[in-house]
Amino acid sequence: MLRARRMKYTGGDAAFMISTYVLLAVFTLSVLYPLVFVLSASVSSADALTRGDVWLWPVGINVDAYTEVFGSPRLVRGFLNSVLYTVLGSAIGTFLTLLAGYVLSRDDLPFRRSLMFFFLIPFLFSAGIIPTYMIVNALGLMNSIWAVVLPGVLNVFNMIITMTFYRLNIPKEMLEAAQVDGATDFRFFFRMAIPLSKPIIAVNVLFYAITQWNGWFNALLYLSDDTLFPLQLVLREILTQSQVDPSMIGGDVSELIRRKELFDKLKYALIVVAMIPPMIAYPFVQKHFTKGALIGSLK
Amino acid sequence: MTSPTTTAPPTPRAPAPGSASRRPTKKHQYPLGLRLKRSWRLYVLLLPPFVYGILFMWAPLYGLQMAFKDFSVALGISGSPWAGLKYLDQFVNSFQFGTVIKNSLILNFYELLALFPLPIVLALLLNVVRNMKFKRTVQLITYAPYFISTVVVVGIIIMLFSPSGGIVNQVIVGMGGQPTDFLSSDFFRHTYVWSGAWQTLGYSAIIYLAALAGIDPQLHEAAKVDGASIVRRIWHIDLPGILPVMVTLLILNMGSMLSVGFEKVLLMQTPLNLDVSEVIDTYSYNVAFASSIPQYSYAAAIGLFKSVIAVIMLVMANWLARRVAKTSLF
Repeated sequence: MLRARRMKYTGGDAAFMISTYVLLAVFTLSVLYPLVFVLSASVSSADALTRGDVWLWPVGINVDAYTEVFGSPRLVRGFLNSVLYTVLGSAIGTFLTLLAGYVLSRDDLPFRRSLMFFFLIPFLFSAGIIPTYMIVNALGLMNSIWAVVLPGVLNVFNMIITMTFYRLNIPKEMLEAAQVDGATDFRFFFRMAIPLSKPIIAVNVLFYAITQWNGWFNALLYLSDDTLFPLQLVLREILTQSQVDPSMIGGDVSELIRRKELFDKLKYALIVVAMIPPMIAYPFVQKHFTKGALIGSLK
Repeated sequence: MTSPTTTAPPTPRAPAPGSASRRPTKKHQYPLGLRLKRSWRLYVLLLPPFVYGILFMWAPLYGLQMAFKDFSVALGISGSPWAGLKYLDQFVNSFQFGTVIKNSLILNFYELLALFPLPIVLALLLNVVRNMKFKRTVQLITYAPYFISTVVVVGIIIMLFSPSGGIVNQVIVGMGGQPTDFLSSDFFRHTYVWSGAWQTLGYSAIIYLAALAGIDPQLHEAAKVDGASIVRRIWHIDLPGILPVMVTLLILNMGSMLSVGFEKVLLMQTPLNLDVSEVIDTYSYNVAFASSIPQYSYAAAIGLFKSVIAVIMLVMANWLARRVAKTSLF
């Protein structure tokens, strides 16, 4: 009797629950596998990899691919450029988004609807790559870090999420009370709204940082000076070009050709290096992104 | 931007037809002039995003006129002579037109058919799991690839699926098969769509999970008392409960349909799969930036063509949703 009571599910339900667990487990493992494999491959010995001995765990562990990656001036410079673009992009993006989100959340703003459309129309009807390219060119931003950072740094979707956040979290009464006390809109925004915005600031910073870190297309379009290239663009050249030239890594070319086997392994190491920053940010991101997605869905 | 002398004060918004509550229009009790004077600080706060919007969102829209001009770099956008519909005409009549439109539609409909229902299934399954540790682990791992860059995802595909020594082909050969090029024309679409599933399924499920969490547990309790099985409860309670979210996301997907994945397609494009991988966006990009003679006006016209279709699809999907599911975006 006791046993029967402990069994929560009967017949069809039990079968359904078991298949649910199995399905979810299989899906999770299939998502995880490529990541584990790439990591293992990057620290295995080059010949074990070439022989096909590596399929899950590393074989003959060593880190020479990483020494190579971090010894390449081109990759290190790409990494540092990416850090710079990420910091700039997330700072500017968050600043613009908070300002627009806050002001547009104010019901008493004259022409609020028109201003909303001002941002929504280009969001829904985008001009496309070519006119944007021409404008960036006309603004004289070509081949500068601003061409990488500025286009697309204000995301209208984020702006709407931020606006909804302020609607829900800054009660009108608070504004009215502050106004009675003689606070201006500046004072209210910087002294009261901003300190209450930590969750939405986190969502914005993380969102823009991930976008900048992972971006490569602006750099491809607008940069010709390869000392300005972000890591992703350097990676693209190494990873996705069908003709692989070991000299792209820089350093001593003849020696690299001699160790041609190392080259495949190097690519795995590169993938890992490019994944690390988002993966470090990820546990924080996950919590806030979920919150952000929820706020957004309330719209 | 907004001058009080030339613009009439906005009339109070009429209540939407059918809306139950009539809102008092008290908020416009002061004349517009006074309201503007009082809110100048708000406009100052909005100035940086506004200037940004002019420069990087509206100026490109203004620049879109180059699709109707014989654009020359020397004369600039406004100085170039008008060419009428020449370039749109050229695109519609080009021998590439059929292929490019077909590839865009197939790739995007395939993606929609495969990737729209799956996150819903994932969310419904996760929602019945009672073991919190298991549920959290599944979510933690399946979200993760969403944060990996497109370049890296394509890099992983290239490395793992490479016909010469990729682990997948090693397994295929080990089981007695032939090495397969997963980026070739035959497989390009499958590789594209299913690697997308790998990357985004977990993340796309979030919003449905949120919607599921909002369903009244009493409905489930009542159904349980009546002896409904889990499957029946999912069908009759969970699915109808998340229908509005499904419709909203479907409309949004329809609008962005022709643009999604441009970067990934471009990264996965090789001369060998061009016949299935050339979509509107990559064609426009290639015409402008990858050819020896850049045809900017032609490329802009192609982009415009796409944007117009995208908006038409968005409006149509929205209209359809309002009629069929009584939910709409606008």
